[in-house]
Amino acid sequence: MRTKRRSRALSLVGALLVIAYATLPVLWIVSLSFKGGDDINNRRFWPTSLSLENYRIVLSSDLFLTALRNSVGIAAIATTISVVLATLAAYAVARLQFPGKKLLLGTALAITVFPIIAIATPLFNLWRTVGLYDTWLGLIIPYLSFSIPLSVYVLSAFFREIPWEMEQAAQVDGATSWQAFRKVIVPLAAPGVFTAAILTFFAIWNDFIFGITLTSSEAARPVPAALAFFSGASQFSQPTAPIAAASVLVTIPVVVLVLLFQQKIVAGLTNGAVKG
Amino acid sequence: MSTSVPAAAAEVRGRAPQPPPPGRRRPRASDRTRKERNLGWMLAGPAFVLMVGVTGYPVLNAVWLSLFDYRLTDPGARSFVGLGNYATILTDGLFWRQLGVTTAITVVTVAVEFVLGFALALVMHRALVLRRALRTAILVPYGIVTVISAYAWQYAFTPAQGFVNPLFGLGGFDWFGETVPALVVVCLSEIWKTTPFMSLLLLAGLAQIPGDYLEAAEVDGATAWQRFRKVVVPNMKAAIMVALLFRTLDAFRIFDSVFVMTQGAQGTETLSFLAYRQTISRVMIGLGSAVSVILAVLVVLIAVLFIKGFKTDLSQQRGS
Repeated sequence: MRTKRRSRALSLVGALLVIAYATLPVLWIVSLSFKGGDDINNRRFWPTSLSLENYRIVLSSDLFLTALRNSVGIAAIATTISVVLATLAAYAVARLQFPGKKLLLGTALAITVFPIIAIATPLFNLWRTVGLYDTWLGLIIPYLSFSIPLSVYVLSAFFREIPWEMEQAAQVDGATSWQAFRKVIVPLAAPGVFTAAILTFFAIWNDFIFGITLTSSEAARPVPAALAFFSGASQFSQPTAPIAAASVLVTIPVVVLVLLFQQKIVAGLTNGAVKG
Repeated sequence: MSTSVPAAAAEVRGRAPQPPPPGRRRPRASDRTRKERNLGWMLAGPAFVLMVGVTGYPVLNAVWLSLFDYRLTDPGARSFVGLGNYATILTDGLFWRQLGVTTAITVVTVAVEFVLGFALALVMHRALVLRRALRTAILVPYGIVTVISAYAWQYAFTPAQGFVNPLFGLGGFDWFGETVPALVVVCLSEIWKTTPFMSLLLLAGLAQIPGDYLEAAEVDGATAWQRFRKVVVPNMKAAIMVALLFRTLDAFRIFDSVFVMTQGAQGTETLSFLAYRQTISRVMIGLGSAVSVILAVLVVLIAVLFIKGFKTDLSQQRGS
């Protein structure tokens, strides 16, 4: 009995340590965002008094609001297209025999390990000549090519776990491959697709390299890139507190998604990685 | 757009593509096989074209441009220099220094992440309380934007605003005034942000170990450390290798944190940063492309080394 209570206590301590690890830096940025005026230089973790000044600055700044609009719009469009294309491809990979499948998977793997900067700099040259530089489309296209491999792997791992007898049953009943895919598999695969969408959204939301190399103005610059330029604007008055406020606003969707879909995200991240 | 695709490991291990389920692809109707082929490419085609088009062309373009002395502000003076740019880079001490910095960051962060990630995974695996809260909390660093993580850590260590110096009685010590302290802060931010990814992969590996193995070892009188070394680690080698491979490749491409925290000052420039600076800031397209190509080759080399080491590992496991 005593050892049981002791192991519970130990487990609680461990859990609290892990939670502190994960949340302290986030709390720090939240705390910074509430430091008004000279409070930012108080050199302490917590603000002396709570101030909403920074949020007012950020929410009335065109720089941040347009960047936020760019980020939301681009991430939404790219995530949608990416997941649709990846779902089709992953179905083919998991279920069909066709020549070139290995090539497809090899290409996807190669892209995920390729240094993004090595793609971004040539794209910078290319986009300038074809007029895609500093446009939404100019960011959406590379986001697609980098998020599709991720989704293809996550989804084909999911698809392999689906009870395929049901598809065969549908085909025995006279459905074509396509019908079997649409009517039987899609509903079964929806949770996997959803997970892939969340992971894709995170990846795109997080992007910085494409954001700074392929944009030059507010026309398409996403939030992470805008934050970096925000700080570079003035050498003498570091806009630390407004950046913190902007950071908090950008982190809210991430935290909400994590809170709502914790289990799915963990499954998506680890599925297929350690089996076998 | 980094930290991703653990599932790719299945391919790395050569497990997939899976053989078709028995009975599904009998060569009875070649018509049906052909239809399946067509459908396969119809479904996978768009994704494939996008992946190859958007990465294939720029890569080839970069290889081509790396052979020229080409400055964007002076396109008229563009001239073919063969491997001249590579010679310039490889004979420049700065490149080797940056390779060293990048390698140091990679080795330090991956090593710390592995140990810390394992600890986190063990806590989560054996959690008796707060199981759900733990897994939710651990995903916050994973999901947060790298740039924001970099700002959080930078501000914590900045003498004027940070709480770290007063907390440890360091006075006005300028963390970003010297190479090593600046790199320490860069590494801390990277480690905080990416350890959860590592620990979740390791956690999944832990979950695969049959409970009887550990019980049997305990009955036989193995200490906790012996159980860990002789039972846990060997039984989750695959998960460990996957986690290390993906984190290593990712760490080697480090860019965001360096850009935010130091802008490459104080000798903290990494290879990705060098490629960026040459191409975008200095518009030395030829030279920058050559750096990109070298970086890509290095990453591929690391991947090949890992996968090679990995395969021998697996065959040894099977042999015994």
